Amino acid sequence: MSDLKQTPLHQWHIDHGARMVEFAGFAMPVQYEGVLAEHATVRDAVGLFDITHMGEVFVEGPGAGAWLSGLITNSIIKGEPGKVTYTAMCNEQGGTLDDMLIYRLTEERWLVVMNASNHDKIVDWMQRHLPAEGVTMDDASDRTGLIAVQGPDSQDLVGRLEALAPHVAPIAELGFYTHIAVDGPGGEWIVSRTGYTGEHGYEIYLPAGAMLAAWEELLARGEDLGVRPIGLAARDTLRFEACYCLYGHELSEDWTPLEAGIGWAVKLKKKAGFIGRDALAAQKEAGIPRTLIGLEVEGGPIAREGCPVLAGDREVGHVTSGTFAPTLQKKLALALVEKDFAEADLMVEVRGKRLATRHRALPFLAARVKGDPRAERALS
Amino acid sequence: MIPDDRKYTQEHEWVQVEGDAGVVGVTDHAASELGDIVYVDLPDVGAEFSAGDSVGSIESVKAVADLYIPVSGEIIEINEALDGDPALVNNSPMDDGWMFKVRLADPGELETLLDAAGYEDLLGK
Repeated sequence: MSDLKQTPLHQWHIDHGARMVEFAGFAMPVQYEGVLAEHATVRDAVGLFDITHMGEVFVEGPGAGAWLSGLITNSIIKGEPGKVTYTAMCNEQGGTLDDMLIYRLTEERWLVVMNASNHDKIVDWMQRHLPAEGVTMDDASDRTGLIAVQGPDSQDLVGRLEALAPHVAPIAELGFYTHIAVDGPGGEWIVSRTGYTGEHGYEIYLPAGAMLAAWEELLARGEDLGVRPIGLAARDTLRFEACYCLYGHELSEDWTPLEAGIGWAVKLKKKAGFIGRDALAAQKEAGIPRTLIGLEVEGGPIAREGCPVLAGDREVGHVTSGTFAPTLQKKLALALVEKDFAEADLMVEVRGKRLATRHRALPFLAARVKGDPRAERALS
Repeated sequence: MIPDDRKYTQEHEWVQVEGDAGVVGVTDHAASELGDIVYVDLPDVGAEFSAGDSVGSIESVKAVADLYIPVSGEIIEINEALDGDPALVNNSPMDDGWMFKVRLADPGELETLLDAAGYEDLLGK
């Protein structure tokens, strides 16, 4: 693992018993005390994630907004500064290059946050499409730390950070998918009401040099809340229950965002168009061929990524993600299947055995993101 | 300390002799490496296997591992409790989390397995 990139918390993770794995070129903590305990901490209290591996690119200039808009599927131009937008970025064929967040920091300054696994591809794609003038790009990935604070007690905890204490009121008022930028230790800190867990939560972008102190301060000041560090394994089970797409699983260049169930983030009517628009419009017109569905396998093994989905003897799709859902206590799978079979009786094939499934509505677990961080929720 | 009342394999299983049968499970090390176990696929009672055969699987949240049989013979009992409570394997891998019992076809095979000291050496490497 010696040739892997390290986050500013690398030694901290090792010192605190994390099992480290390679992920997208980084050495990352996959778990500390165990995935089930960590998952429960985020659902019931609050957890901290080191997600510094994510890529951050600042884009600035009088033409920045219009140019970015032409690269992505969702609409960003109408949003005020402070807004965060989830979007896909597509190639000309409508295949998904990545899913990402776009922050409007000011009228002319934006932050694009992409998956670590796609960072090089996306930076290259953006550079190739960069206009000769009017827009500058600054890849800040190597100097930016990112801490996700997720769970019902996250608002309380974030406000205890000394650097954010003067901003407790605006942070408390942040709506889902909005942010504030403040001066903090080392420079600019960006705090957004975003996350990848289905819980009330925040993501804090900060200078890499300030990250270890902030992380330790959050753990120390949140001891009474039961705050714990959370690894990538629980990050995956948490996002899975909330049915948030994971690139390389639900999203791929081999299919479109319309098929992957994020058609709500595709605005075909955007005035100036965007790369992939015509292909997506044609697909919508012709009928979207595949759809993402939820399946439960009762008893038996877990149907994991890649397992064939069958209607009778016919293979009609594949499992994109499958695991044991800790909050729901069920073996569940997301599957991309031919549209005509989206409601059919389906079986999954796991290591040669065919298993019956039951359809489950998506999302498996409703996200607590709109208001009350401890809202009761219906379980699918 | 590795208990010296049983034998071990390179694949981190243990077998403990009980009359003419062997009780088989996975070691503390295996359970801890796998992480939280959520499903154990055990062989059918009555099925016969040769030493080293894959007879089932153990699934944690993140991964699947094959379950191998350390000695040849017929499966005479499986640990039904694992069906409802697979976490027994994490909580008590060497006792309540046992997997199955096999009627020993050739007790001499036990001599080819690791003793506690040998297994400790394996872990130390």
